[in-house]
Amino acid sequence: MQTDTQIFRRARGPKSPRGTEESPFVKWILISVALAFVVLFLLLPLINVFWQAFDRGLKVYYESLADPDTLSAIKLTLLIAGITVPLNLVFGLAAAWAIAKFNFKGKPVLITLIDLPFAISPVVAGLMFVVLFGRQGFFGEWLDAREIRIIFAVPGMVLATVFITFPFVARELIPVMQATGTEQEQAALTLGAGGWQTFWYVTLPSVRWGLLYGVILCNARAMGEFGAVSVVSGHITGQTDTMPLRVEKLYQSASAASMTAAFSVASLLAFLALLTLIIKTFLEWRTQREYEAAQRAQPEPTLIAPSLQPTSHR
Amino acid sequence: MSIELRTVSKRFGEVVAVNNVSFTVQEGELLALLGPSGGGKTTVLRMIAGLELPTHGDIFVRGERVNDISVQKRNIGFVFQNYALFKNMNVFKNIAFGLKIKKWKKREIKSRVAELLELLGLEGLEKRFPHQLSGGQRQRVAIARALAPKPSVLLLDEPFGAVDAKIRQELREWLVRLHSDLNVTTLFVTHDQEEAMEVSNRIVIFSRGNLEQIGTPREVYEEPSNEFVARFIGVMNVLDVQVHKGVARVDELEFPVPDRPEGQQLRIGFRPFAVQVSPDPTQYRYPGIIRHTFFLGIMMRVEVELPSGLILRARMTKEEYVQLGLHEGQKVSILIRSYRILRGESEPLSPEIMAADKGPGAYGAGI
Repeated sequence: MQTDTQIFRRARGPKSPRGTEESPFVKWILISVALAFVVLFLLLPLINVFWQAFDRGLKVYYESLADPDTLSAIKLTLLIAGITVPLNLVFGLAAAWAIAKFNFKGKPVLITLIDLPFAISPVVAGLMFVVLFGRQGFFGEWLDAREIRIIFAVPGMVLATVFITFPFVARELIPVMQATGTEQEQAALTLGAGGWQTFWYVTLPSVRWGLLYGVILCNARAMGEFGAVSVVSGHITGQTDTMPLRVEKLYQSASAASMTAAFSVASLLAFLALLTLIIKTFLEWRTQREYEAAQRAQPEPTLIAPSLQPTSHR
Repeated sequence: MSIELRTVSKRFGEVVAVNNVSFTVQEGELLALLGPSGGGKTTVLRMIAGLELPTHGDIFVRGERVNDISVQKRNIGFVFQNYALFKNMNVFKNIAFGLKIKKWKKREIKSRVAELLELLGLEGLEKRFPHQLSGGQRQRVAIARALAPKPSVLLLDEPFGAVDAKIRQELREWLVRLHSDLNVTTLFVTHDQEEAMEVSNRIVIFSRGNLEQIGTPREVYEEPSNEFVARFIGVMNVLDVQVHKGVARVDELEFPVPDRPEGQQLRIGFRPFAVQVSPDPTQYRYPGIIRHTFFLGIMMRVEVELPSGLILRARMTKEEYVQLGLHEGQKVSILIRSYRILRGESEPLSPEIMAADKGPGAYGAGI
């Protein structure tokens, strides 16, 4: 019994003053494992991409990016993102507005459906569009008769990308809009503002950071999407290759030059991703503040001291 | 007349929020819409503003039917319970919003906002954002914002609900002063009967969607139209009694009720003011013991326990209490000077019955 007590004492001993805290040994083990994992699986590959890209000098890097087929891939990626992001901005705003501000039948179904693209494998998403619009597909014959090409062409790639990136804007906006409620809009109405004025002066400013955050994420995914786009693109070099598809194609051809070219394009994508990450972190911080401000604007039982300003509150 | 509701009803699906309500508000009045929560008072306010549309009936503002006029065009100032300030705008822009929408000139907006800042004691806060203001300041900004476009009517939803007790008292007095300065027709919603009594010219009492009574604070207190109003406004002793030989009884208490059938179940109600307490245990008919006394500023509430265990509440001024030399645990006797027969929540009340106390030493020196 004596020894039992001693072991018991040591386990919750003086080195960890709080009962809920792990011992320093466990703490350091966990931190090291996490850190090693991040370095090995995230940081090293990323450095490797840039290393391989710049290995043969800046000149080769520029040349491989200036290749007409690669340039066309970059342009197509920008085009697809340029169409997808505004579309999902509008869809996302509409969906978030409907969910946050109205009560209607089937609302849980709509919320679940918004998440559907996250749950489905991108390849399956791409196949869905092939089944719908492909030559043997549901609308295939009708489209063929009118010489409208969707699959193995840009429209199909846009469709697939819109589908994949649909949740980002809506997901970001719903919590912000729900926290804000509808009273500010109602107040604007009683002061004579019309629907557009209310949206422009009241609704949009109150969600602007969340909206921008959603747009950034949406854009990052639109540029980086591989699976769904790959299925519907048809891989026509110089026509339906986006940057991720181009990377794969260059890499597969296995010559030393094209290998470097593959890494050059990959480094460009990686750079865009890093940029996104930085902007995202900044916006996350802003939306958090906005969310807290919205919460504070809700009813309060007591007075708030003027000292309770957001700068002292992060 | 400023506002008129004619047989207005509002349903939300199966729920009848407002049921066949009619009343008129005079120009320049300060009117309270009073009732327990869920009574329909906020819905009435929102229908006047145009934020809800009535299912049946008509609403008139200054003689014009406004049912089909949109919120934007009604020119009504509305102050939301949680103020609903535009959190991305500072105080100046909040107050100026309605004027900007109405395309006022910049210079006019500036002078109007300055005027309101002064009127509401908000000078120097123009640049602050809502989250940098105290609760009371936020409310004043919300009122300034509503008043800026010179509305024909000012509507306030639970204006004192979100601030603490001490500030609430100041705000009440302040609202009364503001109203007498501006003389704009003002309606406010409250669930606090004391607040309604203190602030308003007239009170409209709602319960479960029905309008129970409309009248001055004194009228609804002294002449409640039914049992709901009688019990909701002020404190009331309520007893379930049974009629036997023209007298309603419960325990030792007896209330003469002529013309009532034998065996009828009734409810009797009387205000604490109607209970006369004497330090002489034999002066009035019913003996009792003072169980508790509550000090309410200049008034005292005394709880008297009768031998049967019934507890009645009496109310008197502090002077009376001291003059009579009352204290807790003292043996006393009581007289119930007047009482009413209550007949279900919304049944009209009959006039008060004055009691003739037949106990030993009846008709003692009443004060």
